[in-house]
Amino acid sequence: MIQFTGVHKWFKQLHVLNDINLHVTPGEVMVVCGPSGSGKSTLIRTINQLEPIDQGSLVVDDMDLSDKKTDINKLRAEIGFVFQQFNLYPHLTVINNITLAPIKIRNTPKKEAEEQAMQLLIRVGLAEKRDAYPAQLSGGQQQRVAIARGLAMRPKIMLFDEPTSALDPEMIGEVLQVMQDLAKTGMTMVVVTHEMGFAREVAHRVVFMDAGTILEEAKPKDFFCNPQHERAKQFLNQLLTPMHGAGALCD
Amino acid sequence: MLSYQFDWSIILSGKYFEWLLSGLKVTLQLSLAGIILSFLLGLIVAVMRMSHFSPIRWAAWAFLEFTRNTPLLVQIFFWYFGSYKFLPTAVNDWLNAQSFEFAAALIALTIYTSAFIAEDIRSGVLSIPKEQMEAARSAGFSYLRSMQYIILPQAVRITVPPLVNQFLNLAKNSSLAMTIGVMELTYQARQVESYTFKGFEAFTAATVVYLAISIIITFLVHQYNERVLKLHKAA
Repeated sequence: MIQFTGVHKWFKQLHVLNDINLHVTPGEVMVVCGPSGSGKSTLIRTINQLEPIDQGSLVVDDMDLSDKKTDINKLRAEIGFVFQQFNLYPHLTVINNITLAPIKIRNTPKKEAEEQAMQLLIRVGLAEKRDAYPAQLSGGQQQRVAIARGLAMRPKIMLFDEPTSALDPEMIGEVLQVMQDLAKTGMTMVVVTHEMGFAREVAHRVVFMDAGTILEEAKPKDFFCNPQHERAKQFLNQLLTPMHGAGALCD
Repeated sequence: MLSYQFDWSIILSGKYFEWLLSGLKVTLQLSLAGIILSFLLGLIVAVMRMSHFSPIRWAAWAFLEFTRNTPLLVQIFFWYFGSYKFLPTAVNDWLNAQSFEFAAALIALTIYTSAFIAEDIRSGVLSIPKEQMEAARSAGFSYLRSMQYIILPQAVRITVPPLVNQFLNLAKNSSLAMTIGVMELTYQARQVESYTFKGFEAFTAATVVYLAISIIITFLVHQYNERVLKLHKAA
């Protein structure tokens, strides 16, 4: 579904992606974690070419992103992207946020698009907010609408770039719940997150990045119980020690 | 002592009132058409000015510099006295059959005002967070479609106050059309003055009417703004 082969990217002098080799299979949920500045957001943004790659090959849904002839808009329509800051369209109501792309890009009739949008809103538990504007919603609600907006295009892949990092603690759960339900439907998902509980419960594979390199790639259980790389051990300790100690996610 | 005899009745009824009224009609036609056309042209030029394709960007830049840095009166004269020399005969004939003066004034007002509108809209677009463009592109919208559905609607809303200024300028600048014989409000006030020597009354009437037009435009846009902005405040 997604195949990175020897991918490199630079921001001026900074080598943000260094020889990335990664394969995501259909239906897989992959969590990408690592310290800030490790390149995990850049990695996920290359998949829908919000960030173009400089070297190597990246094939997504059988489309080669290094090929100039690839219709990037067509590819993006097949991929849902959920941002840290939600990025809903503030001038449109919730329902119009969700139906805009299906109506304008897929030429779905308005009525049909609205029916689909309502089903998605029910799924994320926000049916009563259909006519609200984004500014009238809490962060958690906005993020759930953003997920519904991504799903409205019936994507083959959903990408999440730190979807809970901008949320108040009590709203994180509701967003993770929606993502967990989505994973159960067999959606291919790549999730950049610090929510290690989510990684352990939901992910099929965890990728640990540091300084633009993938240091570790393992099943959640192996990653949390038996991290191989020194940097990964350090990261998990720093993340978890204050409360539970590193073993908390390993049982 | 003031020996001038005020006589308001002369302009408030009869022939001279009719003249002023017909002038007002032309002023409103010119202003309304100008507002709509200059807004549309301004939108197009603003998008061209931000194009990733440099020849388009430069063309928009040249257009803006030319139009903003030359007097409107000269532009009106240019279209009225100069343009028929390079327009095809068929177009000239058609324009003459309508009202060539009106057309020339409308073109000049539209082009002149669109330059200012384009720059206002551009600064509005620049104030929209870049994440909005990212969200739109991620959904699969092309650059232009993203502009059309997501960026410009937001940019125009926050550009409303400066846009009102441009619309008011256009309505007031339409008085310059009298110099090429468009029989709009100022032209008719001048006529009334010539026939009656009641210059004070005639131009007071014109002043009041221009003021009313400005206040009405401001009020309408303000109403719209109040209603829309309250809900659409960025999250």
